[in-house]
Amino acid sequence: MSIEIAQTLDARGLNCPLPILRTKKAIAQIETGQVLEMTATDPGSLKDIESFCAQTGNELLSASQQGSDYVFQIRKH
Amino acid sequence: MNAVQDINLPQDSLDEWFDQKFDQKMAERDAAKTPSMTIIATKGTLDMAYPPFILASTASALGWDVSIFFTFYGLNLLKSDLDLKVTPLGNPAMPMKLPNGAEIPMPTSVMALLPGFEGLASSMMKKTMQNKGIASIEELRELCVEADVKMVACQMTVDLFGYGKEEFIPEIKEWVGAASFLPTALKADVNLFV
Repeated sequence: MSIEIAQTLDARGLNCPLPILRTKKAIAQIETGQVLEMTATDPGSLKDIESFCAQTGNELLSASQQGSDYVFQIRKH
Repeated sequence: MNAVQDINLPQDSLDEWFDQKFDQKMAERDAAKTPSMTIIATKGTLDMAYPPFILASTASALGWDVSIFFTFYGLNLLKSDLDLKVTPLGNPAMPMKLPNGAEIPMPTSVMALLPGFEGLASSMMKKTMQNKGIASIEELRELCVEADVKMVACQMTVDLFGYGKEEFIPEIKEWVGAASFLPTALKADVNLFV
């Protein structure tokens, strides 16, 4: 079953804390239950997005590395 | 005679009940609480402008309440026209690299003595930051303002350096002294001095 992506965010080339700040803004624009897919190249974003989701109560569905990109799927709660 | 003895509850089970209830109540309280942070920003150089704005914007993205008290040289970070500089003088740990990553083969103590070096170092660092996708201070400050980070300015510093309030961004919430800031810091979960 594939996850329906409501919005995508390209945060590639951006460094800490911009991927988090952009993610926060993008999540504000989707509805509860919808999924945001964010792509970043900052290696720090792996841990940072995990921590962001834990703090804000949003659900990190997946975090994967595709080449030099890190792809995150976050469900808004 | 107290009420506990009246109902003849063994002390051990009462302690156990209380510990459980206490943990539960504390967890409920923590979950309902909005975390908060206060930062005191005292430096006005390009390098030292980053920590307060990065931490404040990130904390607000995490849903925290944040306020920053800008005092002494930190007040420069609230000027409408930012012209922040960084210098290798007295900053021996500062790596001096060209924007292409090449190291300049000279000790920072020698570089710092060259006339105009501060301007060169500042523009090189800004260029490197841009190349690496690091936000400018202007951008981070704007994000903080958007996220309702409370910017508080030290009144004494303005008087001391003879600044005019029109030199600063209009988003400054208050011009106050230490006695106004400390009660906010007292209640905050995180207090930082930069």
